[in-house]
Amino acid sequence: MLLQILRRTAALVASLVVSSMLVFVFMALLPGDPARVALGVNASDASVAQLRQQFGLDQPLVTQYLSWVGGFLRFDLGTSYVSKVAIAPQIVDRLQVTLWLVVCSMVLALVIAIPLGTVMALRQRRPSGLVLSALSQVGVAVPAFLAGILLVTVFAVKLQWLPANGWTPPNEDPVQFLRQLVLPVLALGLVQGAVLTRYVRSAILDVQREDYIRTARAKGLGAMRALRRHGFRNAAIPVVTVLALQLATLLIGAVVVERVFVIPGLGSLLLDQVANRDLIFVQDIVMLLVLAVLLVNFVVDLLYLVIDPRLKVATR
Amino acid sequence: MKHTRIGTAASATLLLALTAACSAGSGATGTGGSGGAGGAGGAGGSGGGTSLTVGLVAEPASLDFTTKDGAAIPQALLDNVYETLVKVDQQGDLKPALAKSWTVSPDRRTYTFDLVDNAKFTDGQPFTAKDAVYSIDRVKNAWTVSLKAAMDVVQDAKALSDTKLQVTLSKPSNDWLYRMSTRVGAMMAEKEASGLATKPVGTGPYVFDQWRRGDSISLKANPSYWGKKPYFQQVTLKYFKDPTALNNALLTKTINVIGTVQAPESLAQFQGNDAYEIVEGSTNGEVLLSMNNGKAPFNNVKVRQAARYAIDHKALLDTCWAGHGSLVGSMVPPTDPWYEDLTGLYPHDLAKAKALVAETNAGATPVRLRIPSLPYAVSCGQVVKSQLEQAGFKVTLDQLEFPAVWLQSVFKDADYDMSIIAHVEPRDMPAVFGNPKYYTRYDNKQFQADLAAADSGTPDEQVTLMKKAARELSQDAAGDVLFVLPNLMVAEKGITGLPKNAITESFELADLARS
Repeated sequence: MLLQILRRTAALVASLVVSSMLVFVFMALLPGDPARVALGVNASDASVAQLRQQFGLDQPLVTQYLSWVGGFLRFDLGTSYVSKVAIAPQIVDRLQVTLWLVVCSMVLALVIAIPLGTVMALRQRRPSGLVLSALSQVGVAVPAFLAGILLVTVFAVKLQWLPANGWTPPNEDPVQFLRQLVLPVLALGLVQGAVLTRYVRSAILDVQREDYIRTARAKGLGAMRALRRHGFRNAAIPVVTVLALQLATLLIGAVVVERVFVIPGLGSLLLDQVANRDLIFVQDIVMLLVLAVLLVNFVVDLLYLVIDPRLKVATR
Repeated sequence: MKHTRIGTAASATLLLALTAACSAGSGATGTGGSGGAGGAGGAGGSGGGTSLTVGLVAEPASLDFTTKDGAAIPQALLDNVYETLVKVDQQGDLKPALAKSWTVSPDRRTYTFDLVDNAKFTDGQPFTAKDAVYSIDRVKNAWTVSLKAAMDVVQDAKALSDTKLQVTLSKPSNDWLYRMSTRVGAMMAEKEASGLATKPVGTGPYVFDQWRRGDSISLKANPSYWGKKPYFQQVTLKYFKDPTALNNALLTKTINVIGTVQAPESLAQFQGNDAYEIVEGSTNGEVLLSMNNGKAPFNNVKVRQAARYAIDHKALLDTCWAGHGSLVGSMVPPTDPWYEDLTGLYPHDLAKAKALVAETNAGATPVRLRIPSLPYAVSCGQVVKSQLEQAGFKVTLDQLEFPAVWLQSVFKDADYDMSIIAHVEPRDMPAVFGNPKYYTRYDNKQFQADLAAADSGTPDEQVTLMKKAARELSQDAAGDVLFVLPNLMVAEKGITGLPKNAITESFELADLARS
C-alpha cells in the first residue's frame, strides 16, 4: 500500500516537472514581444527595454524558467505584465466562480447519470432503455457551447424565463445568483451527464454478469437489491475513473461556457489574458489547470485502493 | 421506478449540502472585494434610486490611463469621474467645462483660463488652479504612455489665483487645446495620485464605486457635483467579449443600452421592434487601407493611385460592414471642423486602375496585404483583395494575430505592403501621415509644412490649412480610407441623451435620462 502510494507520488512529481517545462517552452515560443504588447502601440524602445528588464524577460530562458517555478512553489505567481497587479489573488477570485460552475455541473451530471445509467442497464433490451440510450447518444454528440447557445435562445431570449448571461456573487443576491447559474450549469452538466450515463450503464452491465451478483440473486435478492448491496461499489471503479477524466473536460468546457454566459471565471480570465498577451498570467493559469488535472488523477488512483480492497492485496 | 426516485432524492440532498458548503466558503473569503476596489459590500448604492446598465465591449486592463494605453479606461472614467478644462461637443467643437472661458494671447502662445469656482473633488477638497497646474505638470513628469507627448509643447503652467490658470506654450499649438479635452487634460488631485489604478478621484458627475474584474465597473452619482446633477444615481458599465452575448443581454433586460454594436449585421433583430431604439452616428475611426509608402511598389504614386481607383468603396462598405459607416475620401472623419467630402477625387474606375497597373507593371510581383485579426479587417480583407485583383494586382492575403504579431511585423518593422487597420484616435491625420517614421512611411514635406502651419495659425487658418492638407494627402494617394466606422447603439425605448457621435474618448453618462 505504502509502496503503491509512493510510486504514484513519484509519478505525479515527474509529470508536474515535465508539464511545467512544456507549458513554459510553449509560451516562450509564441511570436511577439510581451513587453511591447503590454505597453501598447506607441511605446518607445527604451520603455519596452525597461519593462523587459523589470520582468526579467532579458534573462536567459533557463533562469526565467527556474524563477517562475521557484515562485510557483512559494505560491508567488508573479505580477501581471499588463496591469502590474499580483496574479495570485486574481486567480483565487476567479477560481471561486469557476468552482461553482464545475462543482454544480458535476453534481448535476451525477444526478442524471447514476439513475439513468442504472435504468438503461437494467432495461437494456426494453423500449424505454433504448429510448434513453438514444437520447444519451445525442447528449454526447452536442458540445457544451452549442447546448449553451441553444439554452439561451430558448429559455432566455424566447421565453424570458431566465437571464441570458451574467454573474452575481451568492452573498450579494442569492436569488439572482441561482437564476444566472441555472443555464450554464445545465449546458455543462447535461452534456457531461450524457457522457457519464453511458459509462454508468456499461459499468452496471459488466457488474451484472459477475458471479457474485448471480450468487446474490440465487440467495433470493431482487435484481435492484443485489445491485445495491454488491453491484454499485464495484461499478464505481470505472465510473470514478471517467469522472476524473471528465473533470478536465469540465474545466475546459467551462472556458467556453463562461464566454457564452459572460461569467467572470477562470476560463474568461484565461481568454482575456491570452488576448492581452499577458504571458506570465496565461502560463500561471495553464499550469494551475494542469496541476488540478494531475492532482485529481492522483487522488483517483488513491481512491481505487479505498474502493477496491483487492487492489491493495494485489500489490503487496 | 421507486429506486430511481430514491436515487434522485439522495443526489438532491447531496447537491443541497454542497451548495450550503460552497456558499459558506465563498462568504468567508468575500467574493466581492475583487481588485482591491474596497467597500464592495454595499453595491446597491442609494436605495431605490434610478440605475442604468450599459453594455460595452472592451474591459480596461487597469484604471490608470497615465501609465496604461487603451480606449477602455477613458471611455469609463473621462467626463464621468474626471473632468477636463475644455470639452468637445457632439458637433466636434470645443466648449467650456472646468474652464468657464479662456483667452489666447496675440502670439497664440499664452492661454489664460478662467476656472469655475465651485468644483470639488469627490474627496471633498476644492478644485483650484493649483490642481490644474499639478495635473498638467504631472503629465510631463509622471505619465508613461506615449500620449503624454501632447503636453510637450507646454513651457510653463502657473496659477494666477484660485480660479485663474495661465499656460504658456513653447510655440503656438491649436492641437494642444484640443488635446486638453482628452485624457491628458484630466484634472486630478495631488493627494489622490496613489489611488489612480484602484480608486480614481475626480470632480465629475460620477464617483467611482467598484470594479468587478472581468465583469463590470460601477459608478454612482456625485451628490456634491458642481454642475447639473446626473439623472441616473447608479450606472454600471458591463463588459461583454462576445457580441451575441451583448445582444442577448439587452434582449433579456440584463442591460439597458448596448454602447457599441460590434456586429452591424446583428442590428436586424432590433430593427422594427418598438421596444428598442437604434442610434446611429459617427466616430473618429478611419478604417485605413494603408500602403507602405517607403518601398516598392507603393513608393510609386501611380501604383497607389491604381489601388485607390480599384476600390469600390460603396460595395465594400455594404459587404463588410452591412452598409453602416461613412465614405469620406481622406483621413478626416465627418465630425472634424475641416471635413469635406473628397470621395470624388478617386471614384471607382476599373479602367483607370487597370491602365495604371499596366503602365507601372505593378501586377508582376504579388502585393502582401497583411491584416490584423480584427473583425472589420478580416471581413474587409477578402473584398479588398478581390477588388485589387480585378484591377490586375496580384495579392497575397495573410492574417496576423492582433495585437502581438501585427504590431511587431506591420506597425513596428513596417514589413508589409498593405494593411487594414482602424485609426481611432481623434484628429490623427498628422500622427498617421505627418511622421515619416510611422508605419505608413509617408514623407511629404509640403504636407508636413501645412500641418505645422495649421497647428500654429488662428482657428480659421487651421481649418483652411487642414482642408488643404487632407486634399493633398488624398490626391497623393498616401493611403485609402475605406470608410469611417459608424457609432451604433441600441437602447431600450425611453432612454434619452445617448451621445450620437462617439467622437470623444469618453462615454458620457451625465446626459443620459429616462423619459
